[in-house]
Amino acid sequence: MKNIKVLGSGCRNCQTTYDLIRKAAEEKGVAVQLEKIEDIGQIMSYGVMSTPGVVIDGQVVHAGGVPDRRTVDSWL
Amino acid sequence: MFDTLANLIVYQWLGLDPASHLGAATHFFVMDTVKIFVMLVLIIYVMGLLRALLSPEKVRDYVRGKPKWLARSSAVTLGAITPFCSCSSVPLFIGFVEAGIPLGVTFSFLIASPMINEVAVVILLGILGWKLTVMYVAAGLAVAYVGGIIMERFKPERWVEDYVWKIHMGQVALPQPDTTLLGRHRYAWCEVKEIVGRLWKWVIAGIAVGALFHGYVPEGWVTEHLGGKDNWFAVPGAVLLGVPLYSNATGVIPVAEAMLGKGVAVGTTLAFMMSIAALSVPELIILRKVIKWPGLAVFSGVLAVAFMLVGWGFNLLA
Repeated sequence: MKNIKVLGSGCRNCQTTYDLIRKAAEEKGVAVQLEKIEDIGQIMSYGVMSTPGVVIDGQVVHAGGVPDRRTVDSWL
Repeated sequence: MFDTLANLIVYQWLGLDPASHLGAATHFFVMDTVKIFVMLVLIIYVMGLLRALLSPEKVRDYVRGKPKWLARSSAVTLGAITPFCSCSSVPLFIGFVEAGIPLGVTFSFLIASPMINEVAVVILLGILGWKLTVMYVAAGLAVAYVGGIIMERFKPERWVEDYVWKIHMGQVALPQPDTTLLGRHRYAWCEVKEIVGRLWKWVIAGIAVGALFHGYVPEGWVTEHLGGKDNWFAVPGAVLLGVPLYSNATGVIPVAEAMLGKGVAVGTTLAFMMSIAALSVPELIILRKVIKWPGLAVFSGVLAVAFMLVGWGFNLLA
């Protein structure tokens, strides 16, 4: 099972990204462990300054902006 | 082209009288809405296609370890060409501190970034012409450069929240972008949706305020009450009025257009634009997460004084 973390200090785009990934995973029937990381220290520990960022199994795959649906699908 | 379109919609289809208040205001609103949104989409798309938008991570790498004057010049320039959502201010600030970039340089960046960006510059050019654009950009860069130096004199280190110094940033490992034509197109389109989605409310609000000002403020009212360029209180008044008001740099352009059209002095208008775009309560509340209140008070004070000097300076020159 993939562990997906959405990095973001709680702005609207971060919430949108989180919802987008959850919806995509549900529709594809992929089981994921989805978390939201709001602690700034933890976010920065991934080397990400532009939020929202997305981390899959410890790897930063996206930073700075809401990803598009095709990109999200390709992660799953 | 935009004028003809607005004439057609407002005077022919809606049947409004060009001489009436409502007619003038509606014409302004329709024309600016169409013009600004067309321009917005085009610029953002082209910038996205070129992948010319810099990420804050790259800015940080570029500025760190440079001699101070070079670091500050590049921070101001890069701040001016990168449009950041104010919600990135906090990670950006911490990232800069963590990279050992001097606080004064970081402040220069924080001043330049909301005030000037390539989207606002292109729209300024389209709406207000090149002279005003040059004035606004030059004054903005100068304020950011000098403002950061002055902030440094206050030893702002004591006002940075303690936890900021303790954060350790991981190695930046950003994913490689897709540089095929299709990848660029998707990225550019995403940028358009994201940035226009974020800005449209401010832009519409700005156009609406501009339209009301244009249509309903009588000729002569401005010179009578604001006293044109010889009234020294108009500039501080404009700056103070701009602080509680918040808008994006793009949204403030139609307001400035209407003000200039009614004879508000150039310096007063510039001071008002800068105050609205760069100094605002929401921005300060976001920065409060990393900087203590006294630091924010000094920051606002330095900026307010700088905007007034810009305003008076340009009014004297005009």
